[in-house]
Amino acid sequence: MAEQARTLAMGQDEARQDARGIVEAPFGRALVDLARSRPEIVGLTADLGKYTDILPFRDAFPDRFFNVGMAEQNLVAVAAGLARTGKIPYATTYGVFATRRAYDFIAIACAHSALDVKIIAGLPGLTTGYGGTHQAIEDLALMRMIPGLVVIDPCDATEIAQATAAIADHPGPVYMRLLRGNVPVVLDPAAYRFEIGKAKVLREGRDVGVVSTGLMTERALDAAAALAGRGLSVGVLHVSTLKPFDAEAVAGFAASVDRLVSAENHVAGGGLGSLVAECLFDRGIAKKLHRIGLPDRFIECGSVPHLQARFGLTSQRVAETIAGLV
Amino acid sequence: MRDNLYADTPDLQALRMRAKNLRRHILAMARGQGQGYVGQGLGIADLLAALYFHELRHDPQNVGWPDRDRFLLSTGHYSIALWAALAECGVIPLSELSTYGADGSRLDMSTLDTTPGVEIIGGSLGHGLGQGIGMALGLRLDGSPARVFVELSDGEMQEGATWEAAMAGAHFGLDNLVALIDCNGIQADGAVVLDMEPVAEKWRAFGWQTAEIDGNDMAAIVAALREAREGSGKPKAIVLRTLPGKGVPTLERREKAHFVRVDPGEWDALVAEFERTAETIDG
Repeated sequence: MAEQARTLAMGQDEARQDARGIVEAPFGRALVDLARSRPEIVGLTADLGKYTDILPFRDAFPDRFFNVGMAEQNLVAVAAGLARTGKIPYATTYGVFATRRAYDFIAIACAHSALDVKIIAGLPGLTTGYGGTHQAIEDLALMRMIPGLVVIDPCDATEIAQATAAIADHPGPVYMRLLRGNVPVVLDPAAYRFEIGKAKVLREGRDVGVVSTGLMTERALDAAAALAGRGLSVGVLHVSTLKPFDAEAVAGFAASVDRLVSAENHVAGGGLGSLVAECLFDRGIAKKLHRIGLPDRFIECGSVPHLQARFGLTSQRVAETIAGLV
Repeated sequence: MRDNLYADTPDLQALRMRAKNLRRHILAMARGQGQGYVGQGLGIADLLAALYFHELRHDPQNVGWPDRDRFLLSTGHYSIALWAALAECGVIPLSELSTYGADGSRLDMSTLDTTPGVEIIGGSLGHGLGQGIGMALGLRLDGSPARVFVELSDGEMQEGATWEAAMAGAHFGLDNLVALIDCNGIQADGAVVLDMEPVAEKWRAFGWQTAEIDGNDMAAIVAALREAREGSGKPKAIVLRTLPGKGVPTLERREKAHFVRVDPGEWDALVAEFERTAETIDG
């Protein structure tokens, strides 16, 4: 019997099985680079600096960094106050705490006044083995309901770096999911250009189209490559921004393929899959949609590869799901 | 910028007159609407008069002045008093007060920051102090002399976010921050439902330089605000014991004063009572 994997300590990275390059702490690096020329950028965290990759910013700009302790409502309130004095605060915590504990503050103290607050949310979806307390499985659904809030689920180190800079130029509140630690490079930094609200076709395909967000874009690309060897043509549309949602791109992509699949590191209801369905129905596009996402239940503790495989989020499981549709 | 900044000898008589004017406006506004948070408004009229006509460095003709002192009304439903103060000092026209609570008016029953002179959206209680801390940090970072005054209430302190903010204010040593805690003893369900005493001891224990005063005594308010100017390295808290409905004996005695509804025929009597009482107050 194979040795069983175990839940890793917080902040430990799972060993990767693929040949992709990695970047360590892409968010922290990008924020430091940006802040050198943008004195209005300030950083905040609620006792999760180490685990949200913001410590490089603290070390580079100690006067512009504020750790408010384990107090997420205050984290967001303080960020709102800083924004009202002309600062651009990047406030980090885990997605579960930002959304479940500080929802009213994101909605009213930030979004209602369109303040320039950037919420950076770690441990998106099923990226930790710490169970339901730490897995932000419904954050995208919660955040996309808030008027005026930009919601971003980046897929890799390239996109995190580009989005970290791009959101500083967007006047208004942003909720961005964070991949931390050793983050894979999926997108070529020389070729890819992140734009808020723009979906990008990363792979053309005729038989099946996968509309994906966050780390599921990596899985969709891997699945498409594997299925190509079996004669199946699978396209991938990467939706980095759930709000504003690029409905035009999704509708155009849907029209170009026979079968449509959505893939998200999030419950299958309320997030990307629901957005795709709304978009198709609004436009009268009759196409069957298969939604890959997490089930409507809380998920247990365990090792992340084990959990992702069990709940259908690995490249292999995505490929199996797609193959089973045709 | 106002000329009488930090006058060493504030004209208490003039400030009491301003407070009377605020109460007069508040009663007129509530009369127009037929109801409102009159009790709270009358209760903090003295504080707002002291702030807007003595302590705050502000410019009614330039509400966006970057170095202005900020006044954050966390209890958005006290808007009736804020509108009265903003009109009395010239930020909004006095003639606009009659629109309080009317559809399309800028003078809402609960504050939105779209009205000139309003620094935050109040009303989701527990939001003000944390935002005040962010402002105080930002202003300090900029080397601004501006200070931040945050009003909050005794009932509001039941929101846990208040204490998250209280810890942070002391941790960051924000001596450009003043919390003004209106203890009027009432909340939505009646008398304060969860005992918050001893209020001043709580703030002291959290590391704030704390004073406790009669919030309807102008001399005490001015003195406490003056003490709060000290650069002690600590945030300041002033606990104001106020009387809801202050200045109108009938309303002072009313048991459930959180939200006052008055019969149309009753207003004349209340206003007459206020004017009679106001005459008897020194100044």
